Amino acid sequence: MVHLIEPLIPALRRYARTLVRNRSAADDLVQDCLERAVSHWHQRRTDGDPRTWMFTILHNLAVSRFRGQKLRPVHVDIDDTSERDIARMPSQETTVEVQDMLRCVDQLPHEQRSVLLLVAIEDLSYAQTADVLGIPVGTVMSRLSRARDRLIELMNDAGSEKSPKPFLRRVI
Amino acid sequence: MARPITEEELHAFVDQTLDVRRKEEVSAYLNAHPEISKRVEAYRRQREILKTAYAPIANEPIPAQLNLARMIERKRRPALASSWLAAAAAVVLLCTGGIGGWSLRGVTQSPEGIAALAEEASATYVVYAPDHIRPVEIKASERDALVDWTTERLGRAVAIPDLSASGFRLMGGRVVATAHGPAAMFMYDNDHGTRLVMLARRMAVDQNMPMVPQSHGTLNGYAWADKGLGFSLVGPASPEQLHPLADEVRKQTSRNI
Repeated sequence: MVHLIEPLIPALRRYARTLVRNRSAADDLVQDCLERAVSHWHQRRTDGDPRTWMFTILHNLAVSRFRGQKLRPVHVDIDDTSERDIARMPSQETTVEVQDMLRCVDQLPHEQRSVLLLVAIEDLSYAQTADVLGIPVGTVMSRLSRARDRLIELMNDAGSEKSPKPFLRRVI
Repeated sequence: MARPITEEELHAFVDQTLDVRRKEEVSAYLNAHPEISKRVEAYRRQREILKTAYAPIANEPIPAQLNLARMIERKRRPALASSWLAAAAAVVLLCTGGIGGWSLRGVTQSPEGIAALAEEASATYVVYAPDHIRPVEIKASERDALVDWTTERLGRAVAIPDLSASGFRLMGGRVVATAHGPAAMFMYDNDHGTRLVMLARRMAVDQNMPMVPQSHGTLNGYAWADKGLGFSLVGPASPEQLHPLADEVRKQTSRNI
């Protein structure tokens, strides 16, 4: 079990951080996910993919937790999260474009964002993404398509609103 | 163009899940349609930026709270603690002495023979199987060294069973301490990550015993003794799954002695 789950922990932490910007809250989520996996290990489908299984547990925990608190990760205010909590990027990559992109992704509806992040960052296949989110593959495709098109629009808006001082942060 | 390109295939192109031939067809299509090509390029750029931006999180050191082995051990500990508690209670009862204590002998006495071996095998499993740093001291690749070491310490050769026909590969093994002297531990795992432990040691009591089932929390197993050597095979599997494996171990170890 350890050698199947342990290599997934970095990716689980990364996905948790896209759901919850705060590092310790994200790691708490991953901890709950791992504990659940340990105690339910014998209930998993032995023919199933452990990666899909783990992401499903993580996603469901996040959904139920935020439903319980009446707080969705998408509503986490960007100014409440320190820049440290956002991925620390190599300095040459810390461009305006990257910062804009992260802010725009935050503005996507929660269900579109999950699809985009599972596919684009975690490299899950469309079928795996459908399993994790418990939706048909067709829905994955339409959400992915809408997420990407919406992101282009948001990025265009961010670009056109840009003042001559490119480092000025947009006030939401 | 043979088949029309669908919207879904544009995404699959960005996510690099198309086969080589279809990828070329989509490329050709994009060359002929600059507007769509611009959009697909924007998708690709989004993907690239998101991947780069979030990559450092996956490279961070894993915090101690996410130590999986520790979590597994914590989960198993309550079962162990209660059995130790039972053993401690037994000692107290025996120490009270007299007829009352003596009459409980059968229930509370610490096990001997094959029952002791079964407990030692479970304890060995609990300690070494969740270990992700060094579950075995000598790896399967150094099989001869493992045979030499265990033979030397047990004073008898113990054949290392081959369970590969059942999907279990030898990981390796080590000599472990028991209350009844040194024992040889061999560990196996399969593609699902299930680990099995086989423990063998010399038997002073129960030198020849038929196979008996054993159970300890979520662990199951079988123990038996053959010409002065005791064996126990344990793992987090059902008795039905373990029984044929134990039979196989018994067959191979008795043949090679």
